Amino acid sequence: MLVLRPLDKLPGLNTATLLLVGTDDALLQQRADSRLKMDCASELRVHLARSLPLPSNVNRPLVDLLVFVINLHSKYSLQSVEKSLYHVDASFFLGKACFLAAGAGRESHCSVHRNTIMRLAHTYRSPVLFCDLEVEGFRATMAQRLVRMLQICAGHMPSVSA
Amino acid sequence: MRSALGGGLGLQLELHFSAMQKTMDPYDAPESTPRQHPSCSLKEYFLAATPLQRRLESVRKQATSFVPTPPRRRIPQRSQLQEDVDPQKVAFLLHKQWTLYSLTPLYKFSYTNLKEYSRLLSAFITAEKQKGLAVEVGEDCNIKVVFSTLLGVKGTQSDPEAVLVQILSKPQLPSEDREAKALWTGWFCCVFGDGLLETVSEDFTCLPLFLANGAESNTAIIGTWFQKTFDCYFSPLAINAFNLSWMAAMWTACKMDRYVAATEFLWSVPCSPQSLDISYAIHPEDAKALWDSVHRTPGEVTQEEVDLFMDCLSSHFYRHFRIHLSATRLVRVSTSVASAHTDGKIKIICHKYLIGVLAYLTELAIFQIE
Repeated sequence: MLVLRPLDKLPGLNTATLLLVGTDDALLQQRADSRLKMDCASELRVHLARSLPLPSNVNRPLVDLLVFVINLHSKYSLQSVEKSLYHVDASFFLGKACFLAAGAGRESHCSVHRNTIMRLAHTYRSPVLFCDLEVEGFRATMAQRLVRMLQICAGHMPSVSA
Repeated sequence: MRSALGGGLGLQLELHFSAMQKTMDPYDAPESTPRQHPSCSLKEYFLAATPLQRRLESVRKQATSFVPTPPRRRIPQRSQLQEDVDPQKVAFLLHKQWTLYSLTPLYKFSYTNLKEYSRLLSAFITAEKQKGLAVEVGEDCNIKVVFSTLLGVKGTQSDPEAVLVQILSKPQLPSEDREAKALWTGWFCCVFGDGLLETVSEDFTCLPLFLANGAESNTAIIGTWFQKTFDCYFSPLAINAFNLSWMAAMWTACKMDRYVAATEFLWSVPCSPQSLDISYAIHPEDAKALWDSVHRTPGEVTQEEVDLFMDCLSSHFYRHFRIHLSATRLVRVSTSVASAHTDGKIKIICHKYLIGVLAYLTELAIFQIE
């Protein structure tokens, strides 16, 4: 299946899956590690992808939260995220997707203007989180926020839904 | 010449956000200008204290929900040199590498006291230099500081006059006939700084852009003196890749009779062992031809045109070398008009567009201090 759909698989018991779509492998690896350090009530799975569409022969679980990581220092990551957006089903954008703009701390290295990301997020009606992944404190905070969002999307939070 | 509402709308939105953050964070700058007191509540900002925010408010009223701003429009700086600027007088400003700083408004700076300031600054520099050296009393004693105004280096009549500071070495022996050599030159200017001028009170002189050429130690000493005397704050002005691409587009758009240099870009590739640099040079007439094919509205430059211009260059490069330039960082732009480096270094080559280049740099400086 080329297009990623939110409910095409059965949800696993007490598991939540996060899919990070972006280009920078080393960066994402770091983030995945910091995420796994966090305490999470349910079992947390993090999947990384450079871009969509995902190869269809791999057996993967249901994706609860889709995070598009855009590196503000490189226009290329913005272009590849924009291309990946075409392969996502529209119902993902009802709360199960968000944009993460990395590298916002170093203004002097930014090639992409903040407004471009904000316009993109506004078009897709999804939240955008700005962060600087190089700083440990910000990374941990961002991980906490994403875990929170993930738990809501996976339905593990009582009385709160995506 | 600059459009009021359309021009720099994206810029105003950013100012709004950064202004909001300023009220919420603890104020950590050593000197604070009265217009930004920490006790200023968020509500005051929303009541549109400055004209920039007034314009922002009107835009927000038009849009029912928050809609991110339309692509920035900016008029290319094709302004002619002001009549009272003598090209000979500003010739020494050209072809020199200047380091950029942004400067908050100066408190109680007066243009009539320039001789006084020269005297005080000479004494300060001499004292500072002698502090470091124990015994040696060399030619550093024989320095002279000269303050002067640079007439005509400004955008509108309301801009304050540019101020030039030079450290000259006095000739050693009275019999020597040689001219005083400029050891260090620095100048302050404000070109089209309307946004800032309207927000400060009478006691302040706004000269947000500071350019320095010479030894770093001299720059530091002079910076300290200014900070102590006029309660201002210097900070180095870095130019990010986004602004460099705007500069490249605007300077390529300038009509030139004669091209003295090729249009050159320098990209820095972030890779782990050591960073690689990609230098991409284009014949200036080809660059102009490309720009003309992209450019639509005369007299205005839009974000899409800049992006398209840079995308054309990157895709051409990709076709030949299979390297995505968009994944790298633009570090240096060099055209026949001027050349700029991301560390905040600029060299202006063409005197016709001096005011235009300074106007854009002033805007960046104002954005940084706000």
